[in-house]
Amino acid sequence: MTLPDIATCAEPAPLRQRGQHEVFCGLTSIIWLHRKVQDAFFLVVGSRTCAHLLQSAAGVMIFSEPRFATAIMEERDLAGMADMHDELDGVVARLLERRPDIRMLVLVGSCPSEVIKFDLTRAATRLNARHAPRHRVIAYSGSGIETTFTQGEDNFLAALVADKATSRPAGAAAKLVVAGCLADVVEDQFARLFSELGLTGVVFLPGRDAINGLCVGPETRFILAQPYLGATAAALEARGARRIDAIFPLGAEGTSAWLRAICAAFRVDPARFDAVVAQPKRRAAAAMAHYRPWLQARRVFFFPDSQMEPSLARFLSREMGVALLEVGSPYLHREHVAGELALLPAGVTISEGQDVDRQIDRCRAANPDLIVCGLGLANPFEAEGRVSKWSIEFSFTPIQGFEQAGDLAELFARPLMRHAILTGGADRREAAR
Amino acid sequence: MKLSMWTYEGPPHVGAMRIAASMQGVHYVLHAPQGDTYADLLFTMIERRPSRPPVTYTTFQARDLAGSTADVFKNACREAVARFKPDALLVGASCTAELLQDDPGGLARTLDVPVPVVPLELPSYQKKENWGAAETFYRLVRAFVGRSPRPENIPANSCNILGPTSLGFRCRDDVTEIVRLLTDEGLDVRVVAPLGATPADLARLPEAAFNIVLYPEIADVTARWLKTAHGMPFVSTIPIGVGATEQFLAEVRALAGLPVREGLRRDRLTWYSRSIDSNYLTNKRVFIFGDATHAIAAARIASEELGFRVCGLGTYMREFARDVRDAAAKYGVEALISDDHLEVEAAIVAARPELVLGTQMERHIAKRLRVPCAVISAPTHVQDFPARYSPQMGFEGANVIFDSWVHPLMMGLEEHLLQMFRDDFEFNDGAAASHLHPQAPKPAAAPVETAPAGVIATWTLEAERELQKVPFFVRGKARRNTELFAQGKGIHPITVETLYDAKAHFAR
Repeated sequence: MTLPDIATCAEPAPLRQRGQHEVFCGLTSIIWLHRKVQDAFFLVVGSRTCAHLLQSAAGVMIFSEPRFATAIMEERDLAGMADMHDELDGVVARLLERRPDIRMLVLVGSCPSEVIKFDLTRAATRLNARHAPRHRVIAYSGSGIETTFTQGEDNFLAALVADKATSRPAGAAAKLVVAGCLADVVEDQFARLFSELGLTGVVFLPGRDAINGLCVGPETRFILAQPYLGATAAALEARGARRIDAIFPLGAEGTSAWLRAICAAFRVDPARFDAVVAQPKRRAAAAMAHYRPWLQARRVFFFPDSQMEPSLARFLSREMGVALLEVGSPYLHREHVAGELALLPAGVTISEGQDVDRQIDRCRAANPDLIVCGLGLANPFEAEGRVSKWSIEFSFTPIQGFEQAGDLAELFARPLMRHAILTGGADRREAAR
Repeated sequence: MKLSMWTYEGPPHVGAMRIAASMQGVHYVLHAPQGDTYADLLFTMIERRPSRPPVTYTTFQARDLAGSTADVFKNACREAVARFKPDALLVGASCTAELLQDDPGGLARTLDVPVPVVPLELPSYQKKENWGAAETFYRLVRAFVGRSPRPENIPANSCNILGPTSLGFRCRDDVTEIVRLLTDEGLDVRVVAPLGATPADLARLPEAAFNIVLYPEIADVTARWLKTAHGMPFVSTIPIGVGATEQFLAEVRALAGLPVREGLRRDRLTWYSRSIDSNYLTNKRVFIFGDATHAIAAARIASEELGFRVCGLGTYMREFARDVRDAAAKYGVEALISDDHLEVEAAIVAARPELVLGTQMERHIAKRLRVPCAVISAPTHVQDFPARYSPQMGFEGANVIFDSWVHPLMMGLEEHLLQMFRDDFEFNDGAAASHLHPQAPKPAAAPVETAPAGVIATWTLEAERELQKVPFFVRGKARRNTELFAQGKGIHPITVETLYDAKAHFAR
């Protein structure tokens, strides 16, 4: 499969929407970041709404030791009766006394803290003076006014990169930084592939603990494993690292192109590359083939959620034979997703931003076979007799890489199979196999 | 600024949303930043509602702050009215919008939309979810119940039910259970509100003889206003538990002018609790925490109907602190009034219960302390919006309560055998109750036993070993009692003798 030359592709003109957004704010990224980075604690500085959001999302699990909390701002803070920085110091002291095992404390900004211009970066610097090196303190913003869903992770990683620059003695700079939170199993698979390809000095960002060595310099190359990392890329580039451009590692084609771009950057012998990926590629093709009958020619509509939509749509259309109706994304980073957009079929509607009621109107009019949307819309669509795939699962499932290509296809096929089973459709027995 | 691991209530606008989502024909325009739409998931996921809640959010972003967020709000109102054509429009602000001071109420008055607009003033940094719901319900009732006098000749047996809401703890089935009970008693239930009601239904509230408040947290304010403005009496005994249900029915019959009826016990809890299998439940120490209504009801059931000993009682709702204090006095415990999860945790550690009856948040504490736990009150999560019929109120509610509170406790036989033989490779101290975990996971580390303030407790090695022979569910209590005893007598260090002296001293 040859990829078109991205440089010659016409810039698509997306549909720009302004209006009601039915999306998560960046605070939601804490739900997976607290599990990936096990020695970090995320302290949101915000209102009761922020606390409520977090526990509504994560509180279904029962935590002996929560790894996130909220410092809830009260009237006295807003009225200026209490010094916010003193108050925060008190909260942090109480927290660290209770949880001395916290290695990195992450202060997370919210809408209320941003609106009143409470400077958390400054607070982090001050708290570091008191608590480092035992507890490192960093800050980033996950506010809804500035970030959508996965952009919270982007800001967190950017803050990590900036912090590494100041906090550690410079060691040997990493040769390759793979940026973007990946499931542990996916990270391990990529690490094995890199070593088979003869690549050394690879660092994953984020790692499994926050206090690990990440040293970035002019000789560092980095590649994005996730499409929502504009700020992280800028932070790495500010340290002198250079980006390897590629489409994202979703599906066999995406993974292959992503690895090939890395190999090209590090001048790995193409024959060696072909030898290393041959078997995983075959496995991916075999796994995906199971689900192709379910997805072939089905019409799919994407609501904006995580910025992964262009990559997911590319995977579905090119590897699963899906017909795309609309691909909505909360934000399009022109440079980072250029390759993905170039691979989408001509004429597909790309939309950026949202006006949710109008988008629902468009979706109903298009009458798709499968709607990829958030949890606020999914059950209401199901109740109308439509089939939906809730998009948050793409952030909570191992989907990158060759070995997960089949799992990724299955995520899309599953609601269609379930629909067939429960409605006693003709393909019911096939679905239940 | 307050450190909150978990919050017992959401912000007040979530309460307002619950009222809007409970009702028909009410739409809520909420001035809020992008991201606050997470609240939709409470309805569509946790409660599995098949439609979007009737809320339009302005979802402003940082770039809007430079321009006129007031215009964004006004457009949202116009579009919502045009699209959804509600009978009434609620308007208000979330915590972030409150900082912008756009005054949604004032703006909506200048809109000239063809529906009644009810502005909400919900101070986000002072008040919380239940208050927001109560205030919203009150404002809506005030807006739609006229000042005109009540009609003549209202049948004495007609009543309204006030308080059940969307996302309320088991409201769906409580309403079914209580309406059925009342109908069987010969009552005529007119309006149930806010759950399922329209603004027109609210207008009909004064046409019933009296009101029944099932959830004071939501409807107490409204019922009091209806009493003041329209002379409507109201019943506020909460029919949770067998005794409370019978008392409730007696009060309702008295108000409806119906003769006193000797209650036929229509529940199974009474016999289940009486049957000898329940003998081992006697004086099991139980810590109770939740909203005031459910906590007070649970304490009564626990002590009078199940024979537990209430060793702690509290609520996160300051508005009802007095009621909980009065109840706690009955059981000889001091009420805990706090919305600080860490304080609740400390109180549970100190009380050493064998069972915690609380909210979703107490499940976190109970897991850490390895104490059995059942949920009796909001805040809850998806598993407490079950498919099966599971009221808390009325006689069937009592049956549900018996099953769900006894379930987490170790069964009698297992408890006996554990006291006899401690080192079994499968059934031992570290293993969870076998009816709960077929593949018992490795238990969490037991919490650090801290001596009460001022107690210098040193145990000899033998005494420490002997203490380990006490079954785990009462070991904490035994340790504490022994240390208190030793301190009182000036004994130092604690020996095996001291342990047994204390045991005899505290025996009841």
